[in-house]
Amino acid sequence: MSESPVVPKQNDAATRPGLIRVALQSPSFMIGIVLTLCFTLAALVSFVWTPFDVTQLVISDKLKTPSGLHWFGTDNFGRDIFSMVMVGARTSIAVALIAVSIGICAGVPLGLLAAARHGSLLDEVIMRTNDLVFAFPALLMAIMITAVFGPGAINAIIAIGIFNIPVFARLARGAALSLWTRDYVLAARVSGKGPARISAEHILPNITNLLIVQGTIQFSLGILAEAGLAYVGLGTQPPLPSWGRMLSDAQTMIYIAPHMAIFPGLAIVFTVLGLNLMGDGMRDIFDPKLRRAR
Amino acid sequence: MALLEIDKLSLSIRDIPILRDVNLSVEAGQVLGVVGESGSGKSITAMAIMQLLPVGAQWTGSVRLDGRGLEDCSEKDMCGLRGNDIGMVFQEPMTALNPVQTIGEQVAETILVHTGKSRREALQLARQALNRVDLPEEQFPLDRYPHDLSGGQRQRVVIAMAIALRPKLLIADEPTTALDVTTQAQILKLLKGLVEQDGMGLILITHDLAVVAEMADHIAIMKDGEVVEAGETLDLFRRMEHPYTKALFKASSHIPVRNAAHVAERGQSVLEVSKVVRDYPLPRRSLFKAPGHFRAVDHVTLSINRGENVGLVGESGCGKSTLTRAILALDSVQGGEIRLDGSLFSTRGSGPDRDMRRHVQVVFQDPYSSFNPRHRVGRLISEPFFLLDNPPVGEERQRRIDTALENVGLEAADAQKYIHEFSGGQRQRIAIARALIIEPSLIVLDEAVSALDVSIRAQILDLLAELSDRLAISYLFISHDLSVVRAITDRVLVMKSGQIVEEGPTEEVFLNPRHSYTRELLAATPILDEALKAREARAQTG
Repeated sequence: MSESPVVPKQNDAATRPGLIRVALQSPSFMIGIVLTLCFTLAALVSFVWTPFDVTQLVISDKLKTPSGLHWFGTDNFGRDIFSMVMVGARTSIAVALIAVSIGICAGVPLGLLAAARHGSLLDEVIMRTNDLVFAFPALLMAIMITAVFGPGAINAIIAIGIFNIPVFARLARGAALSLWTRDYVLAARVSGKGPARISAEHILPNITNLLIVQGTIQFSLGILAEAGLAYVGLGTQPPLPSWGRMLSDAQTMIYIAPHMAIFPGLAIVFTVLGLNLMGDGMRDIFDPKLRRAR
Repeated sequence: MALLEIDKLSLSIRDIPILRDVNLSVEAGQVLGVVGESGSGKSITAMAIMQLLPVGAQWTGSVRLDGRGLEDCSEKDMCGLRGNDIGMVFQEPMTALNPVQTIGEQVAETILVHTGKSRREALQLARQALNRVDLPEEQFPLDRYPHDLSGGQRQRVVIAMAIALRPKLLIADEPTTALDVTTQAQILKLLKGLVEQDGMGLILITHDLAVVAEMADHIAIMKDGEVVEAGETLDLFRRMEHPYTKALFKASSHIPVRNAAHVAERGQSVLEVSKVVRDYPLPRRSLFKAPGHFRAVDHVTLSINRGENVGLVGESGCGKSTLTRAILALDSVQGGEIRLDGSLFSTRGSGPDRDMRRHVQVVFQDPYSSFNPRHRVGRLISEPFFLLDNPPVGEERQRRIDTALENVGLEAADAQKYIHEFSGGQRQRIAIARALIIEPSLIVLDEAVSALDVSIRAQILDLLAELSDRLAISYLFISHDLSVVRAITDRVLVMKSGQIVEEGPTEEVFLNPRHSYTRELLAATPILDEALKAREARAQTG
């Protein structure tokens, strides 16, 4: 009785027509995309060109307010803040990207494994270990790691990455559990396929949407975490610029040179906002139920 | 004057025409059966009467309830009518009730909204309404929650909500489709009784001709948004002027042509299930006691011969799905053994090896969740090749995919399409192709035609019968629908509470049931011919 020739039933995003058209109709998604592209572009350009060299100290030019020459002004060592924000974008994106990759590469297989062995001791062990890791915020984890290995960008990446693992493991397990009860998974089991093969062929492709959306959100959280770690001095070390450290350097000068804090602060706000809007927009586009409601 | 009169109702949603010139009328105290296949517009007609139309819907024509035109009613007026003058019963009792409210509150809510009565009075009226639907106070106090009740009891609560204010008109949209046959018979009897007591008009929307033949005074047959034939029940079945009515009638009582003589010739047994036990552990009650278990399948023994079609019938919860999963070796068994083609397939503590799985395949009930939406049909139906040691490759593989598709009446070119491009009936054909492709000796059909419209169902049954005759495949046909089982099987097993209570050649069991449960099931099943005969007898005496 579920057949209806009037309204064709469409279940999956991959085969639905007009995905791009829907994306264009969602203004918040478009704002998110544009913001994200701006910062990615700034990060990429910084590899080949910045207005000024970020390692060059020009003490005579220190604490200049924004002008035609120094768009965002200069800091207390006379470095160009616009150039530093560009290079800082590179650091932020690199740290967050690698951390999210660690989370996906370790978390998703763990989640799929737990779902495939649902109810077993292995499932319990994986998920309870996840809970344990989840109980420590990334910042605390980073402090622990730096206490042992010393501060640095690599250790920040590891700390944020470990924090991401339980997020993806839980998401993958939850989504996979509902797919394991589908008839097509039963049919695959009748065809003699084992849990590993079913997870790869039938489960993973059908949860990719969710993972992409969560990946975007985690990416923005990663940028925030990196800024936070750098702010307390546990992340990227000088002379490489980082948004978080620029903020902490600006703290003592906030009354003399507010532009030193404003521009890296705005960079963090807009990047995180852009990524979150993009993630929300993607979730709406991928989810046919939410889309119909609009 | 009729209670409800629909005159030339046309409806479109976003400029797509859905209904065209629908004329219906219901007298007080009478039952109008609206019959049609999915997409015929029968549910949207009900929604138009309730004025609960989706966004973008526009309608013309007139709907008059008790002389009052609904086209002039504002939304506020309609809120006064809904629940008060028009009640509605939905198909799915599991989702029609709010799980966090007691049944008393939910029935009282309608009363509180429409009358100025106090909470106490409303609860009293709710009690009366529940009594009227045979949920007596001793067993079903008002503070029960929906999860305490079975499906049939929940549907009674939904009916109590609909009739609490004694509406003039009750609309029941597939009220029994989700229920077992014995429960269906009880609910239908209840509805009929309420119509007679209250002088309500009842619109019974269903896909089942047998149900309306028993229940309805008038019938309207709908197809593609139009009423193709309408009239007094007996007259309509006698005349059957419209070809669609005839086709629907034929499809409802369709029996595929089978050459059953071959079964005796090929005497080898394909499946032998002996004394199989399947237990589910119950939650641990105490730290020091071993957790108990629920025995879903209790020492079941059955066998199927080559080319034989065996039916397994029973109500929901009788263990037939659990038995299916055990036979497919999806779950391990706690006792007994399952043999396929003579060799051990599954027994306590050991599952099957890959080679053995090749002998059995399965077709599921829901054609919409049976396929991974991201694969093409060619890849979907070739999935069982995984069971072969040397799966065919290249041209040979393509040839076998083409053959499998052609065997089920599709085209070789369909292998390149995605599953969402097919209708429910076509999807079920693809599911059969997937089961056929490695030429198993046994196919388990788990409610394989239950979700299909009658005309599609007839085609699939023909296809199954033809395949079984031609390829000597055995079927284990699991269903709650006795008429379908009767049409296609040679032998039937009746299951109740985890045990087989009766077994025998299909016709013998149906004509001469020995176990009381089988008799109960048969008596509850609406049968079109018998309902018409009974009606005719009544018409002559009365």
